[in-house]
Amino acid sequence: MISVKIEELTKIYKRLFGKALKAVDHLTLSIEEGEIFGFLGPNGAGKTTTLKMLTGLLYPTSGKAWILEKEIKEIEPKKKIGFLPEHPSFYQHLSARELLHFYGAIFGIENGKRKKKIESLFALVGLEDVADQRIHSYSKGMIQRIGIAQSLINDPELVILDEPLSGLDPIGRKDVKDILLSLREEGKTVFFSTHILPDVEKICDRVGILIDGKLVKVGSLNELLKEEIKTIDITLSEIDEQILSEVRSLSAECIVKDRKVFLTIDSTKKVEQIQRVICRSNCRIISIIPQLKTLEEYFSHLVTHKDNKNRK
Amino acid sequence: MKVVTIALNTYRESIRDKVLYGLVLFSIIFIGASRILKPLTIGEELKVTKDMGLASISFFGLLIAVFIGTRLLYEEIEKKTIYTIISKPLKRWQFLLGKYIGLLLVILTVVIIMTLWIYLVLWLTTRTFDVTLLLGIFYIFLELMVITAISLFFSTFSTPIMSGLITFMLYFTGHLTRDILIFAELTKSRIVTIISHIIYFILPNLSNFNIKGEIVHKVPLETAFLLYSLSYGILYTIFLLLLSVIIFQKRDF
Ligand SMILES: Nc1ncnc2c1ncn2[C@@H]1O[C@H](COP(=O)(O)OP(=O)(O)OP(=O)(O)O)[C@@H](O)[C@H]1O
Ligand SMILES: [Mg+2]
Repeated sequence: MISVKIEELTKIYKRLFGKALKAVDHLTLSIEEGEIFGFLGPNGAGKTTTLKMLTGLLYPTSGKAWILEKEIKEIEPKKKIGFLPEHPSFYQHLSARELLHFYGAIFGIENGKRKKKIESLFALVGLEDVADQRIHSYSKGMIQRIGIAQSLINDPELVILDEPLSGLDPIGRKDVKDILLSLREEGKTVFFSTHILPDVEKICDRVGILIDGKLVKVGSLNELLKEEIKTIDITLSEIDEQILSEVRSLSAECIVKDRKVFLTIDSTKKVEQIQRVICRSNCRIISIIPQLKTLEEYFSHLVTHKDNKNRK
Repeated sequence: MKVVTIALNTYRESIRDKVLYGLVLFSIIFIGASRILKPLTIGEELKVTKDMGLASISFFGLLIAVFIGTRLLYEEIEKKTIYTIISKPLKRWQFLLGKYIGLLLVILTVVIIMTLWIYLVLWLTTRTFDVTLLLGIFYIFLELMVITAISLFFSTFSTPIMSGLITFMLYFTGHLTRDILIFAELTKSRIVTIISHIIYFILPNLSNFNIKGEIVHKVPLETAFLLYSLSYGILYTIFLLLLSVIIFQKRDF
């Protein structure tokens, strides 16, 4: 089943002065049930705007979207989603426990069930010790944790998180990533935005890259990065001078160290040539490793590419 | 049910607000202090205390309705607490109505506290107990209900300061709307008469709820007038709430 379906979704912010801003531009995207989808994009790309439209905070200028096969303008899909806004903020006059009871009551969860759920959520996000403190005394990381807890109060089928990893220390980030992975384990769909790339690489099944309100790439990470194999690293054992010079002429970089030769090759064709050269000698190939572009490099490549296009 | 959840939370928020305690404390001192303006005869003293009592319920109620009412939505939006509420399965009108009812409950609580205090002061000073005072207080509450709806209405699209100013302005002109009609009659101009009638129709006619003088001086009130005022208050409030919902419904956050 398709968890989120977005069709030609557009949001134009009208301004009193100056020209209107197209924050999301004919976005079309589907997210499958049970996957972790990373929504990537530089600042101002329109990620938050998209997520706000999905959760009913903003009205789309045009286009449609469905969550769990129900149109987003209905109230029905909201029963099955959890939402963590960007830089969330909660009622300062409540304790975390009171806050979760409040949200639970909005979902119409009956009191006994609510209590149990809240206990398990505090354990999940690690806030048991401060559950009865007023939220105004919470640190940024604690706010983020209570934010995640509230997004799960209704056992949602789809969890939408806007920058869930921001404001967290490394331990906090690991905790949140573990929570996201455990949600997938339970069969839930996770749709989250971020610009912290290393995090995405480890947990996302698929990513979409949004730039200037347009979806420029979408696919599994392997797919996206496969297109972009840039270099191949080859390591050789000891090798005589003549072969070395031949090999050196074929590689982009050649380092000899500890009686080993490290080569960097920039095309697969040259790899074959090198292999042929090596065959004639008595040296051994220790390893051949294709180097994928890291997502970070890929991402900045896309952004600068786009910038150049705009400038033209 | 969802409306009740929002209302109770709004109530809890205000009840935990120190500003409210300040206002209530101040009003209690204010009513008690009417004793200091010691008049000459027993009868006068009774009237002054009643008068001051009703006036302070009206005044402090107005302050609470405007100060809390105009911030009710603004702070939710400004502090983004609304994000995690509108994204839940709750209709926007339920949220708005919940907020309104919550604030009305706060005002009701304050009115009840002040009423009890007035009766206590009256009993201690004059050993009297006058039930008709409750009728006056009920109509003050009706007026506060309308004013709260006005504050809420303006806060759906405007800042607290703007909404506050407009609400105060409407409060004062709202007590003068009859004078506008009288003025129109005097000018004998058709256009002025028509415009005055339109203004009279749109502006809240708050003098409908002002029966303080009659209550304090024990002037009998017509039932027809009381019923008219009651239905006017309810209808005007419903009308304002509907308008607020229409505007709030369209908002982006
Ligand atoms: N309420 C608003 N009114 C006008 N313009 C807005 C509004 N909210 C966002 N924008 C603009 O829309 C564009 C997209 O913003 P959005 O917040 O969706 O980006 P984002 O991808 O979430 O960025 P970030 O990574 O910084 O959170 C930006 O240019 C922003 O300035
Ligand atoms: Mg954002």
